[in-house]
Amino acid sequence: MEIGVCVKRVPMVGGRIVVTADGQDVDTRMSGFTISPHEECAVEEAVQIVEREGGSVTVLTLGPPEAADQLRDMLALGAQHALLLETDGREWGPMATAAAIADAVTRRADSGEPPYDLLLFGNEAADTGDYQVAIRVARALGLPVASGIKRLTLTGAGGGGGAQASREYRGTQETYDLTLPAVVSVKEGINLPRYPSLPGRLRAKRVKIDVFRPDWQPEGLRKTGLRLPPETSGRAQILGSGVDAVPALVALLDELGVLS
Amino acid sequence: MTVLCLVERDGDGVADASLRALSLARELAVSAGGDVAAVLFSGEVFSGDGLSGDTGSGAGAAEQELAAFGIADAYLVAAGDGYAPAAWARGLAELAVTCAAAAVVAAATDRGSEVLAHLGAITGQPVAASCISARWVAPGYCELVRQRWAGSLLEDAALEATLALLTVAADAVPAQPAAAVTDVRVQPFRPEIADADLRVRAVESAEPSAGVSLATARVVVGGGRGVGGPEGFEVLEELAGLLGGTLGVSRVVTSQGWRPHRQQVGQTGTRISPELYLACGISGAIQHMAGCLSAQHIVVVNTDPDAPIIAHADYAVIGDLSQVIPALVAAIRDRAGAA
Repeated sequence: MEIGVCVKRVPMVGGRIVVTADGQDVDTRMSGFTISPHEECAVEEAVQIVEREGGSVTVLTLGPPEAADQLRDMLALGAQHALLLETDGREWGPMATAAAIADAVTRRADSGEPPYDLLLFGNEAADTGDYQVAIRVARALGLPVASGIKRLTLTGAGGGGGAQASREYRGTQETYDLTLPAVVSVKEGINLPRYPSLPGRLRAKRVKIDVFRPDWQPEGLRKTGLRLPPETSGRAQILGSGVDAVPALVALLDELGVLS
Repeated sequence: MTVLCLVERDGDGVADASLRALSLARELAVSAGGDVAAVLFSGEVFSGDGLSGDTGSGAGAAEQELAAFGIADAYLVAAGDGYAPAAWARGLAELAVTCAAAAVVAAATDRGSEVLAHLGAITGQPVAASCISARWVAPGYCELVRQRWAGSLLEDAALEATLALLTVAADAVPAQPAAAVTDVRVQPFRPEIADADLRVRAVESAEPSAGVSLATARVVVGGGRGVGGPEGFEVLEELAGLLGGTLGVSRVVTSQGWRPHRQQVGQTGTRISPELYLACGISGAIQHMAGCLSAQHIVVVNTDPDAPIIAHADYAVIGDLSQVIPALVAAIRDRAGAA
């Protein structure tokens, strides 16, 4: 089983987002970087499948040279190979991103390397939330795709032929039968991602990251600026400190009508 | 100038998220002097060829809601049984050509987002996801505002496209009925659906419901890192029970494996909109706040008076939840006993 997992380097924004003075980017001078939560689960899912079925996991990202850090983090979690689709730091839209990923998948198959049986994505990136790269990649490659998946089971002998992918829909569960090769985007909750081990980190340092530099393409949706939404509320009214505040808290709950 | 709006059902009626999408679709249509036409899929409710359900016209109770939202034209598209995302997108693509539509709008639900992504790929057009407003400033040129970071950041954007494709951030756009009620003309539409478009389709199966649903709970008692470990949630659950609510937790709690992911409130968990959110030991990372800002009242118990969540809260108690919450539970029990 050959699995490709696509991840995106995003700022670790914590409690507060700061926009740069020119209003064009998130100010990342004080933040670290990570990948989107759904994608951590995509990597974990891929690693678990390969631990069970054999094969290898390749983690791919499109981003600046520093995105190699996120690839190393994923290698430390158990991926075997990494591919960086290196950019000059400009923001790429979902159409160009999907085209570059689809090209990379095709190039791999053409080069005689074993083609991917499964391509995993996070359902949407934490920052831009475009909800479309996985589907555009699948359509470019002519592969079946399911998105928002919270349970994935391989079917057929040795996990060969297919997969059953399920998600929640208004209190029910809906299941999709997929023939492999296929594309699946997953959501957090499909598994509980592991933490990297020390041997994992050491192994990750030694893996050679393949690099390819695709050409940036403009697209029809263009950011003109970023801004913070208007404040929803001012600072809270402080009811008191510690257990001394409990009578005031009870009075408040009573006023809000939640005490029966 | 026609704007098509994908309408998802909820039972016999229209899903709330789709009413909100219709409201944004109308704002967009009005900016160019156009109209909104609703698009429903017969396979979502009826089986077989789908146009002759029990409700006569096929659109049923949904029709009245569409009338209240000023919809004059609704298309009932037959794109196979049940839900197949690629088939729905194919139906929308063909209908957009037939009506010479200038835009297709859908709620940013699981289904709306994926159908529009397929439609974007089929038509070679960009998709602007999670919009909160949009208007045309010239033919083929929209100005819009969309959410990033699940609404913690806004993007002003320009969309240049022969067919504008937008999804609507449902919790940020109010559902606004039209000034006048219309008569809805429901027309069947039968697109050419290839077998390949039906290859991936949903098979629904019931899932047992687990008590009060987090998404719709009236009261949510939240627990975060400050709870300290898996054993600390018992008293929060007890409090939630006393308030007729349910427990919600932050991402760190589910990442640690202290509680299951289905209890997570946040950008990658459940979005809640209770009357009261009582957040205990939660610092207020934007990942969490994206899931709870629709709460009517946020009350915080936290040891840190400078925690980011306090800037979003209405009321706060500065203190250790392991002391405050048991005392609160005891006080509520005493009160109930005395009554």
